[in-house]
Amino acid sequence: MSDHGDIVLEAVGISKNFPGVRALDDVSLTLRSGHLTALLGENGAGKSTLMNIVAGVFPPDAGEVKLAGEVVSFANPREAHEAGITMIFQELNLVPNLSVAENIFLGREPLNRFGLVDANAMNLEAAALLERLDLAVEPTVPLGSLRVGQQQIVEIAKAISVDARVLIMDEPTSAITEHEIEVLFGIIENLKRQGVAIAYITHKFEELARIADDAVVMRDGRLIGASPIRELTHQAMVQMMVGREVKQRAEKAPSTPGEEVLRVENVSLKHFDRPGDFLLRDVSLQVHSGEVIGIFGLMGAGRTELLETIFGLHPKGSEGKIYVDGERVSIQSPVDAIEHGFALAPEDRKSEGLILGMSVAENTSLPSLTRLERFGLLDQGAERSLVGESIERFRVKTPSQKQIVRNLSGGNQQKVILGKWLSTNPKVLLLDEPTRGIDVGSKGEIYALIEELTAAGLAVIVVSSELPEILLLSDRILVLCEGRETATFDRAGANEESVMNAALPN
Amino acid sequence: MPSRFAKFQSLIALVLMVVAMTLLSDKFLTPDNGWNILRQISVNLCLSIGMTLIILSGGIDLSVGAILALAGAVAAGVLKHGVAIPMFDVLLQFTVFGAIVCGIGVGLALGCFNGLVVTRFNIPPFVATLGMFSIARGMTMLWTGGFPITGLGEEFGSLGTGIFLGVPMPVWISAGLVAAFVVVTRKTRFGRYLYAVGGNERASLLTGLRVNRIKVWVYTLGGGLAGVAGLLVTARLDSAQPNAGLGYELDSIAAVVIGGTSLSGGRGSVLGTVLGCLIIGVLNNGLFLLNVSPFWQQIIKGFVILTAVAIDKMNTNKS
Repeated sequence: MSDHGDIVLEAVGISKNFPGVRALDDVSLTLRSGHLTALLGENGAGKSTLMNIVAGVFPPDAGEVKLAGEVVSFANPREAHEAGITMIFQELNLVPNLSVAENIFLGREPLNRFGLVDANAMNLEAAALLERLDLAVEPTVPLGSLRVGQQQIVEIAKAISVDARVLIMDEPTSAITEHEIEVLFGIIENLKRQGVAIAYITHKFEELARIADDAVVMRDGRLIGASPIRELTHQAMVQMMVGREVKQRAEKAPSTPGEEVLRVENVSLKHFDRPGDFLLRDVSLQVHSGEVIGIFGLMGAGRTELLETIFGLHPKGSEGKIYVDGERVSIQSPVDAIEHGFALAPEDRKSEGLILGMSVAENTSLPSLTRLERFGLLDQGAERSLVGESIERFRVKTPSQKQIVRNLSGGNQQKVILGKWLSTNPKVLLLDEPTRGIDVGSKGEIYALIEELTAAGLAVIVVSSELPEILLLSDRILVLCEGRETATFDRAGANEESVMNAALPN
Repeated sequence: MPSRFAKFQSLIALVLMVVAMTLLSDKFLTPDNGWNILRQISVNLCLSIGMTLIILSGGIDLSVGAILALAGAVAAGVLKHGVAIPMFDVLLQFTVFGAIVCGIGVGLALGCFNGLVVTRFNIPPFVATLGMFSIARGMTMLWTGGFPITGLGEEFGSLGTGIFLGVPMPVWISAGLVAAFVVVTRKTRFGRYLYAVGGNERASLLTGLRVNRIKVWVYTLGGGLAGVAGLLVTARLDSAQPNAGLGYELDSIAAVVIGGTSLSGGRGSVLGTVLGCLIIGVLNNGLFLLNVSPFWQQIIKGFVILTAVAIDKMNTNKS
């Protein structure tokens, strides 16, 4: 492996705006043949956006991408793919109903001489790929029957099945086992030897020493630093990522839990597609007033499903008992859940939390309209004052109440969601990835708001895939792995290593 | 809201069309012709108000023309012949008011059925109301035996032909409904829910809206308004035609779309739809005055629809 591989791909001065956020600001990046460049940065730093631009998912507002010295501009990922740039996305982009082999060769199926799909050739080739990746799965089984981790490996198989010049991996190890990671690292070594340029997004520092040659650190859409990995210490990388002294956990005021507000006993949820399999198995938890319970787990661990089940979204297929203020309640729908004092800020703000085309005011007042009626009509004065209070209390930065919520930044959208729920006076707040895609500054604000709310006596359950966030916010931590509860920690007993170990399948 | 701009657009289009027609024909801009246009669009207006609610909520209704026919036929039938209940050897006679209630009731009931099919069985509205289209057409044939029901009396006929304070009755009725539903969509909780469900059904559900109940109401209202339209058509002709309202659902979808309401739901307004109906009405009327063949009228109308949607699309993509 040479220290100075040829430059394969160059991104120069890339900028990208999304409504309300400057996602990338004049960022440049060089990928070299046979080198793995690690992209580091907190969620929302712009790593994925940059990679999406390189892979042709969307065009940059300014700047250019050069492949082997020539300026390229891709209209879609397919064109990038044909030019030799392949990306493994963070979200699985697979079709559950198709077979493993069909997924691997989607869009470029081998044809026989009649122009029909040559299923035999496809299955054989897929089997060879899967063997290389040491995944013991038949290529003909439907993808949906695989574990999430296995699906991620199929995604990797799909990416390496073409002769890529540039391979982009967005957190490929977030849901796979130790053994699977070992196999993947072996493959990465191979690809590097073949001269492939690799960009690798990760949050796991311990992986870097093994596979990375260079590191690039991003923060708030800007490039903070780029250098060979051996010249960077762990501490230096963290400093660059965070841009401030790393927040000490002890800063959080010790909470004084009050009465038990919520008790969940032995909640199970059947798998939607696989009979006999479970998404959640016998999960129990307790939350007191003024307390934050953190729920940690890898992708597919059942974190979101747990919140959804409590919130009444899976009345069919779920079992278990839920007690609010010591009394057993039956929650068959979100309407029931809200009546019993629950509020849910879902993981995907844009598709589940907000009505993007409606204004800040309309989104904020939506769950409270019943209280704003007078003689059958909405009392607009009362609505304005309710929304005004909420904007003030949650420090929402918006030019006016009438601003369409789509145009706010992620952090402010999340504040609108918190504001809309707090107007309903909930007892238990369920937060699913409350800071996903939110810039560092607003993250701190959201944390501060959560602390204010618990100080006021609210019980909070936070689900997060970010360990530092869980450790920072939680009074107690519940760890899930493949739908089961594997450990609980109190604040003093939890550290990154112990929590992560409990979350890994083995 | 972007819909305000869309409304503005269709207003400009309407004004341009009125100016053009006035220049092209001296018969166009007269009081008589003005009332004529308003009376002609009143039926489409009733249907289109309901269609606006349904489309705002993210649905579609292909059965309103068929419901119109059945509602008109039922009202005419019970008024003319009454309803015989052989089991008790009774013949129920209906007053004009009773017939009106029956007509609207049929519309409400079939609309409600649409809503229940869409929500309980999770059938896409396009398919559910296509089914109802066929059911209601068949029931109309069964009820009328395929023959018009005529001779309904002056009192009932005044619904379609009467004039009150110089304004034709159908115009009063449709204008009243417009006013009512402008208030419903803009000032009530139900109206707000409509936009929310159409804008993002999943988020509405997670915010605690009773999404299914809202949808059932929307289709019920759509059916009821189709019932009103059926009464207007029947009263105006003094006859319930078995084939009344054929293809009206398409005219009403066109009016809603030209009026700037998004077919994907959550965006649009009743006032926009009024403009849409006026544009179609002026177009039909003007082209008729200019002796343009009805075949060409259809082609032109088609292009107007496409233009309206294309402009709307360009605007939403920009923002």
